[in-house]
Amino acid sequence: MTPLEWTLIVALISVSAGLVGSLVGVGGGIVIVPALTLLMGVDIRHAIAASIVAVVATSSAAASTYVRERMSNIRLGMLLEIATAAGAICGALLANFIQPRALYALFGILLLWTGLNMARSRQDASHNLPPDALADRLKLHSSYYDRSLGRELGYRVSRLRLGFGVSYIAGMVSGLLGVGGGIMKVPVMNLAMGIPLKAATATSNFMIGITAATGAAVYFMRGDVKPFIAAPVAVGVIAGSKIGARLLGGMKLRYVKYAFVGVLAVASVQMIYRGLFQ
Amino acid sequence: MSSNNGELSTELVISQILRWGVRVSLALILFGSLLAFVNGDYGAGWGEADLLPALRGENGGFPRSLGWLFSGLASFKGAAWIVAGLALLISTPVMRVTASVVAFAIHKDRTFLLISLSVLTLVLLSFALGGA
Repeated sequence: MTPLEWTLIVALISVSAGLVGSLVGVGGGIVIVPALTLLMGVDIRHAIAASIVAVVATSSAAASTYVRERMSNIRLGMLLEIATAAGAICGALLANFIQPRALYALFGILLLWTGLNMARSRQDASHNLPPDALADRLKLHSSYYDRSLGRELGYRVSRLRLGFGVSYIAGMVSGLLGVGGGIMKVPVMNLAMGIPLKAATATSNFMIGITAATGAAVYFMRGDVKPFIAAPVAVGVIAGSKIGARLLGGMKLRYVKYAFVGVLAVASVQMIYRGLFQ
Repeated sequence: MSSNNGELSTELVISQILRWGVRVSLALILFGSLLAFVNGDYGAGWGEADLLPALRGENGGFPRSLGWLFSGLASFKGAAWIVAGLALLISTPVMRVTASVVAFAIHKDRTFLLISLSVLTLVLLSFALGGA
């Protein structure tokens, strides 16, 4: 394999990861890390470092389209980002002290449980939501134009405190494992907080860039971000996420959800395997 | 109604920052990769290296100093141009938060000024902790 071929294969893997990632609100790290380590023989630390940079790229490239289309709830995203950024710092600091194997296994189970819930849930999650006085006061309720429904879709934000707690945990996982954490935030925003899946995906994606930059800075300063791994990964992921962002606006909700459940299943098997056998 | 306009312009500013941050960093990374492939220089800025191990990052430490970066940029080392692009990519979300801080300040939304300032403080703190 020549260096050019190697780089092109890494870029192709990254295009696929970016495409899937932007469709479901994850950064693509779930695809990139195993592909780089298992298929391309990259050191896991360098794979995670390239992955977290790619997460920044995915989020920024896709969010520039979402934000223009006003799908993401910036006020809610900024508020929850306090918890996520704090979590990412704690996670990055804790990474030196905690045995990650237990976390891999625990989160594999959590992802599996979330995937099952997601697959069972109805499309409209906005019934039986308790009113949230804090969300009222902070004017977090919003709306977005849904292309597949052909109309403006309004929604109310509920269970803000739960969302804040989950965001903190998602940030911590991001700091520890080098993933975006959208895989944890999107189901909770959708099912518990009453935010439509597309708006939840866009808002999560919007937040992930900031969270991932926090982790990426640590890896970058340490010198774990290898330029000839990170370059094809970042470029490929940006290209893939551009395609994904274009598709998301017009895609039927069902397919986004199926794709998301599929990613959850793959991620859970990967994490449980790592926790138990490696 | 003024708050609606304010939020819309905030979204447009953030959208442009994200777009250009990604575009410029992408251009730097592509230019750096092109330099490296044309010159056959895949090392960490020290000249020729064994090809695949170097690409996989197996050739040891990588200098992270500003001096290395600037001399590498000046002498058109592919790796230095890639590193500059990656650094810009990582700082793009920080610029996004800064733009939000400014926008909330302009529109005198004190609660969300405080919220976005907290986020900015946390992100900058993490950069400092990473360098320590």
